[in-house]
Amino acid sequence: MPEIRFEAVGHRFGDDRVLSDISLTLTEARVGIVGANGSGKSTLARMINGLVSPTTGRVGVDGLDVKRDGREVRRRVGFVFTNPDNQIVMPTVREDVAFSLRRMRLPSEVAAARVDAALDRFGLTTLADRAAHTLSGGQKQLLSLAAVLVAEPAIVVADEPTTLLDARNARVVGEHLSSLDQQIVVVTHQLDLVEEFDRVIVIDAGRVVADDSAAGALAWYRAALT
Amino acid sequence: MIALYHPGRSLLHRAPALLKLALLAASVTVVALPREPWQLAVAAGITIVLFLVAAVPVRLAARGVAPVLWLLLVAVPLNAWFSGWESAAVMAGRVITAVALAALFTITTTVTAVLGAMTTLLRPFPFIDADRVGLMMALTIRAVPLLAAIVGSVIEARKARGLERSLRAIAVPVIVRSLQTADELGEALIARGVDD
Ligand SMILES: Nc1ncnc2c1ncn2[C@@H]1O[C@H](COP(=O)(O)OP(=O)(O)O)[C@@H](O)[C@H]1O
Ligand SMILES: [Mg+2]
Repeated sequence: MPEIRFEAVGHRFGDDRVLSDISLTLTEARVGIVGANGSGKSTLARMINGLVSPTTGRVGVDGLDVKRDGREVRRRVGFVFTNPDNQIVMPTVREDVAFSLRRMRLPSEVAAARVDAALDRFGLTTLADRAAHTLSGGQKQLLSLAAVLVAEPAIVVADEPTTLLDARNARVVGEHLSSLDQQIVVVTHQLDLVEEFDRVIVIDAGRVVADDSAAGALAWYRAALT
Repeated sequence: MIALYHPGRSLLHRAPALLKLALLAASVTVVALPREPWQLAVAAGITIVLFLVAAVPVRLAARGVAPVLWLLLVAVPLNAWFSGWESAAVMAGRVITAVALAALFTITTTVTAVLGAMTTLLRPFPFIDADRVGLMMALTIRAVPLLAAIVGSVIEARKARGLERSLRAIAVPVIVRSLQTADELGEALIARGVDD
């Protein structure tokens, strides 16, 4: 598995201290991050691919510095956002998946084969030529996953990927995420999504307050909520 | 261009977008020329054959041409008043044929292919970043349904809360949400490697 390393990471937005003294080394295949709204989970997740740079400390992926080697890191780290509508760039499903391969400049048959395989894997083959904006929310999130996975990243970070979905679609997206071969880091409020993960981290007010097996961390978190 | 594309494997679908674009430009020019109704009839006949070759469903073809019929509803009587019915009929035939040809282009060509063609056209100009222009056009096309969805949900939320429907009451949340959307789309673009 790849290695994601946070070394004494702190972050402020203006005068607001959002993250304090985070030191973590993530090498597990499936890592969950839970915590209250505003606790800093998204900021933490975004640091893994350099969408946010820490104001103190450093973040590394497989020995690369996220800030200095941003492009190289983003090739290894795929990111799934909460709102699938805002990740769709191209008009049709197939074109949107293909968009992720743009930077690789592959021969067109190779690219087409990879796009077809990604569509098939997420059950989107019959929707391939549909206008992407006409899909259901669940289908759109599967499209986001296909668009991320077609680029074959080593790590997939997902920030509340099921929050906007109904229960059934949330389960479908969750199952797809859990079955990936990649290392995955999933931020969520839906605790059952990370119940079987290898490691779960609880964030509160910008600090790590629990870091344990899923069973341990979730028990701690549920107790803290009541 | 967004809604009209109809997937297929016909000769017209497979032809390079740049070639189709050139032929479209040429044929629209030719269609604008004829003075005699029979010449126009030939052009219209060829257009119909092309639609058949591309196996375009009638409903879709009608949808491609329909918008211009509203225009003709006004233009034909006016033209007939000034220069007679024959001239009005030729004018209407020209417009419909030209619009049908343009619709045929969008029905058989994906946006990606159009953008690729545009990028190729812009490549000889060293001061234009053709890839950037292509991406900007793709995003402009993408913005249409995105913005429509935002306006729709803001109007709905207003209605649900029984609030007034003044322009300002709608414009403010639409602008706020649009900026937020643009922000998130920008992040997604970076995550997906546009800066490479
Ligand atoms: N771009 C930003 N500018 C200013 N403040 C921000 C920004 N992004 C997040 N924040 C603030 O940082 C804190 C943590 O946000 P976030 O990481 O999104 O938390 P979470 O994802 O756990 O809800 C919140 O108080 C939020 O308001
Ligand atoms: Mg968040």
